[in-house]
Amino acid sequence: MSGNDDIAHIEEELPLQALPLDGWHRARGARMVGFAGYHMPIQYEGIMAEHGWTREHAGLFDVSHMGQLSFSGEGVDDALELLLPSDIRGLKPFRQRYSMLLDEEGGILDDLMVSRLGGGAFDGADIYMVVNGATKYDDMGWMIEHLPDEVVMNHMDEQALLALQGPEAGEALATLIPETADLIFMQSGLFTWRGVPLWISRSGYTGEDGFEISVPAAEATLLADALCALPQVKPVGLGARDSLRLEAGLPLYGHDLTPAVSAIGADLGFAIQKRRREEGGFIGHARVMKELADGPGSKRVGLRIEGRLPAREGATIHAGSARVGEVTSGGFAPTVGAPIAMGWVSLPHSAIGTALEIEVRGKRIAAEVAPMPFVPHRYRRKA
Amino acid sequence: MSRYFTDEHEWIDVEGEIATVGITDYAQEQLGDIVFVELPAEGTSFEKGDDAAVVESVKAASDVYAPISGEVIETNGALEDEPALVNSDAEEDGWFFKLRIADAGELEGLMNEAAYKKFVASL
Repeated sequence: MSGNDDIAHIEEELPLQALPLDGWHRARGARMVGFAGYHMPIQYEGIMAEHGWTREHAGLFDVSHMGQLSFSGEGVDDALELLLPSDIRGLKPFRQRYSMLLDEEGGILDDLMVSRLGGGAFDGADIYMVVNGATKYDDMGWMIEHLPDEVVMNHMDEQALLALQGPEAGEALATLIPETADLIFMQSGLFTWRGVPLWISRSGYTGEDGFEISVPAAEATLLADALCALPQVKPVGLGARDSLRLEAGLPLYGHDLTPAVSAIGADLGFAIQKRRREEGGFIGHARVMKELADGPGSKRVGLRIEGRLPAREGATIHAGSARVGEVTSGGFAPTVGAPIAMGWVSLPHSAIGTALEIEVRGKRIAAEVAPMPFVPHRYRRKA
Repeated sequence: MSRYFTDEHEWIDVEGEIATVGITDYAQEQLGDIVFVELPAEGTSFEKGDDAAVVESVKAASDVYAPISGEVIETNGALEDEPALVNSDAEEDGWFFKLRIADAGELEGLMNEAAYKKFVASL
């Protein structure tokens, strides 16, 4: 047994923690599972029903397991530009960007959302970041190691995070907070609801229009109750969150993205703006530039699967007798009405339309490299 | 006809030498929305405990074991077009396969309905 196995074993043994809405989920009949070290609701009435509700109305997701961080201090932009490949200096107040943490070899340590604060939110801090739940403590360790003393990072574990997603999310939230109607995709604002300060961004991870709402943990139940009292809103669990993001073509950290893969291979080059590519000055830059010039060894692709048998994470991908890749997430796609998958395949087999085979329980099933998203995004890009 | 249950949440209806096998309502509830059922080929012979079928729900794949030994004589073709039958009617129309029983003695260790209900209540 290796040292790593020992660590993994110890982590599994740690008792799961309760999030601020734990009792709220249970009272609503959620089935709870362990995820990222917390008890989390995987479903309430059923994944298919919750998935469909989110695509047609609005689903409320508790994503309080994610890490909410604030950064402030002298030179914060320059410090973060060392850690993130994205343009932070050019990030205007109340605007948000998708970004990543890369290691020295250009492997992906996490993917995240970063925004510039404004209006005095979070005690006047400069930058707000949301990172994945399962990686948040590693991320914090990595960042502390690379941030200068002048920059203060604060883990805001007293904040809960709710996501309201779906075509009716805008209308629903506007009944509680009319001013949110003016937000567009990847824009944020500080709002007050019944005296409670809420940092709200128009974003999410389902491919639908929607919001992510940072709320003080003590007020999270009140807000969740008020949202779910609206006719457009029902609570939705982690199960549907996963099927929704897969249909939207959005990668899931720890599955589709890992330290073993690169940003360019993952098709996340959009998060690395032109100035950053040219000037460099971020950890992992050499790998990004090399792969922009020569192409990555393998690519993250979407896969449409023939028939009804789902291909899941770990299934191997083949072109004739050659093994050319592996499925990193897959399952039945409720809105598509068929199984779909995301996987990594070697570059020569990654073009849209390439016919491949996936091995499931010793059988080969036919698959084709497909454009993503599988279900069109419906973000609100204009007011 | 008598109905037996296993601690793997399968039910078995026995009529003469033929056993009809499915998963229980409790099992389908635990699995959630079922999107695919992989059934064995007719003519396959199983020993008790062999992997006999696979149920794919939206979230995961789960094995169904042969609750007793026997030869598959028929499978439920309706599940091909409508796997959700297992959710809506697990203990009747959502049956999986029929076996010609190899050893009726294997039925002796199984639970009846009352014992199974008690077993589920204890979980």
